[in-house]
Amino acid sequence: MNRLLPLAGFLLLVTLFGYGLWWNAHHDVTAVPSPLIGKPAPAFDLPRLHHPALRVTKADLLGKPYLLNVFASWCFACGDEHPVLMAEVHELGLPLIGYDYKDKPADARAWLTARGDPYTLVVTDQSGDTAINFGVYGAPETFLIDADGIIRYKHIGPLTPGVIRDQLAPQLRKLGVQPAPGI
Amino acid sequence: MIPELGEVALILALLLALVQCVLPLLGAWRNNAALMAVARPAAAGQFVFVAISFAVLTWAFMTQDFSVAYVAQNSNLSLPWYYRFSAVWGAHEGSLLLWILILNVWTVALAAFSGHLPPKFAARVLGVLGFVSVGFLLFTLFTSSPFGRLLPAPGNGMDLNPVLQDPGLIIHPPMLYMGYVGFSVAFAFAIAALLGGALDDDWVRWARPWTNFAWAFLTAGIVLGSWWSYAELGWGGWWFWDPVENASFMPWLIGTALIHAQAVTEKRGGLRAWTLLLSIFAFSLSLLGTFLVRSGVLTSVHAFASDPRRGVYILMFLGVVVGGSLLIYALRAPKVAGGKPFALLSRETLIVIGNLMLTAAAAMVLIGTLYPLVGDAFHLGRVSVGPPYFGSLFILLMAPVVLLIPFGPFARWGKADGTALWRVLLIAGAVALLGGILALLLGGDARAVLGTVAACYVGAGVVLYARKRWREAPAGRRYPAEMVGMLVAHAGVGVFLAGALLTTALSVERDVRLDPGQSQRIGAYDFRFDGVHEVRGPNWTAQQGRLTVLHDGAVVAVMHPQKRVYSGGQVQTKASVSAGVMRDLYVALGEPLGDHGAWALRLYDKPFVRWLWFGGVLMMLGGFITSGDRRFRARNARAMPVSGTATLAPRESAA
Repeated sequence: MNRLLPLAGFLLLVTLFGYGLWWNAHHDVTAVPSPLIGKPAPAFDLPRLHHPALRVTKADLLGKPYLLNVFASWCFACGDEHPVLMAEVHELGLPLIGYDYKDKPADARAWLTARGDPYTLVVTDQSGDTAINFGVYGAPETFLIDADGIIRYKHIGPLTPGVIRDQLAPQLRKLGVQPAPGI
Repeated sequence: MIPELGEVALILALLLALVQCVLPLLGAWRNNAALMAVARPAAAGQFVFVAISFAVLTWAFMTQDFSVAYVAQNSNLSLPWYYRFSAVWGAHEGSLLLWILILNVWTVALAAFSGHLPPKFAARVLGVLGFVSVGFLLFTLFTSSPFGRLLPAPGNGMDLNPVLQDPGLIIHPPMLYMGYVGFSVAFAFAIAALLGGALDDDWVRWARPWTNFAWAFLTAGIVLGSWWSYAELGWGGWWFWDPVENASFMPWLIGTALIHAQAVTEKRGGLRAWTLLLSIFAFSLSLLGTFLVRSGVLTSVHAFASDPRRGVYILMFLGVVVGGSLLIYALRAPKVAGGKPFALLSRETLIVIGNLMLTAAAAMVLIGTLYPLVGDAFHLGRVSVGPPYFGSLFILLMAPVVLLIPFGPFARWGKADGTALWRVLLIAGAVALLGGILALLLGGDARAVLGTVAACYVGAGVVLYARKRWREAPAGRRYPAEMVGMLVAHAGVGVFLAGALLTTALSVERDVRLDPGQSQRIGAYDFRFDGVHEVRGPNWTAQQGRLTVLHDGAVVAVMHPQKRVYSGGQVQTKASVSAGVMRDLYVALGEPLGDHGAWALRLYDKPFVRWLWFGGVLMMLGGFITSGDRRFRARNARAMPVSGTATLAPRESAA
């Protein structure tokens, strides 16, 4: 019996692999679903990057849809995303809230000063505690939050013109936001 | 016409592999010498045809035959010839062909150097290798032929993935595959022993040089991969616990356990079933790695483009090979524990503890790697497991192994002398303490102190044992190859620990914005950014930065990091590294910032980072040296001295 244990363990593994192959064949492998989509965004209360004395809460932003863009000055991919945000922010037709993630405020301010600031306002989460509630596991990530504070869409990785055109813009139209015709 | 010859050669190789598998196994079963004698010529013939097939694909790359779809996807008119050569194994189909070629190299080597083996045993070993080859040839021919045509032929190819246009790629995969595939030999020995009833342990002695040789290549492959991702890809780190890295690391851990378990079985007859099982596991994990990388079941930064049919095929093959061999193991493994008895304090015990820890570490890596899959299966959502899990558990599991390393050689087989071990502990501990105090005085943090302590401790153990042999063993018999290999490899562990922990503790990393002429201080170095200009290569143009590094006002290095744009439009960062024994300076170009020539730059000062690869190189050398021991080449154990006597006889050798 003892000698059959390795075989039994291996058969379990094979079952798991078979399931994995089947799963991949029937699902979009690249999509990482966020369990938060369709759910209210977690409450937050964070200081502003440029005015640390002022705080922004979830309630302050209710009433109209906005994009929450998680970024950091240490994040190389955010550098790739940044010119896209600079170019497209005015075409989107809704506020873009920056969410500076696990970053030193001085570094983030220098980063935005050097490259330009596309954000309507920026909040900072130095410890990353609030980001855990948002399910953030890297930067950049972008959340679309509607007027009632419900998360409608999430994108992981840099926003590109293609992602904005094919994925974000249709979601915006569903919320009644009219992006510029070029998008 | 020529590419079709490659396909035909593969089909002929498949037929010969079938012959090499079926007839010798049948012959060994029916005691038919004529059938058994087929094994070697069939293996040689198969090698010839696989080599022809490989040469044909290489020729297609050299002549830029874009009518071959695989060439069109992975080459380009402006690709230099040396990358066209390595592009042969730059993607799934060709790398599979390389896998098969290397399997054939191992098989032919075994056929050539197995004259001392009993004919029946050699026939079974070659038969099992034939079976593995059949599986991979079928896989290639049915799902992954590199010779498919593209008509009409495109005028130019799509180019090799720029990440792979690097000297590292020319040698990294062949080394890694030499290791992966080399474990098939240990596997074949174990299966042949099981088929023959595993009545005596001679097979272990014959398997040991092959296993050590394969392990050394795997070590080299992993070290090269680590160095390549660090030096060339601009990733900066040296290990990422990526699924594909894990796929090569699991066989390495099990292989490390195996080469030690083999020593116990060979010299003392103990751990028989365990050694058989580890031989099966090491190769199974190599196959599992192939499955994980090529089936798309896990997503990874360097996974091959996946195709569901391939995943299903490899899973079936994996099921047959691993499931079949574990079934044979369940039925035929020796039921009685053999071997000489050993006391609680003995070399056997130390090796068993080390084995358990290494196996547990491999299981830990396997669970972490497969966890995303388990998450899917039980609807826990897409999860992945990162470096915090791997790093902390791995250190916990390996710490006892490191603690035991100095004692291994001092502990005698059967029953160790406790007072001798106390002496080792006292001396090695004292040296480690001195090293730790020194590190503390120099201002290192906890990890730096730990790295110094561990390296001093392991190093002291190695030196103590080398000294003991020098003083006590007669001249000429002091250092047999097996023992030198062990000492070199164990010293490698010490050097690796120093490098890994010190570089983790002391590295300074900054992402900065620099205007031309501006300087940034990193550690004790001033990096002066002299600006960026454009340079052209054969199939790329690059923005090349120039940085002058100063230390106390004196120039120590001038560095040229690049950001390349390849003809296909892909962007690739080429970091610039100024390497040194005590430290590496490392620069990667980020983004241009503004119109005045400012750039985002990533600057590193990485002390001692070379040491971890040098440690790996020492481990590799240890494996090669050990496999050269003359003792392994004898057919009959009785003709050879076996260690285990209480005195320090010249024959007492390393574990």
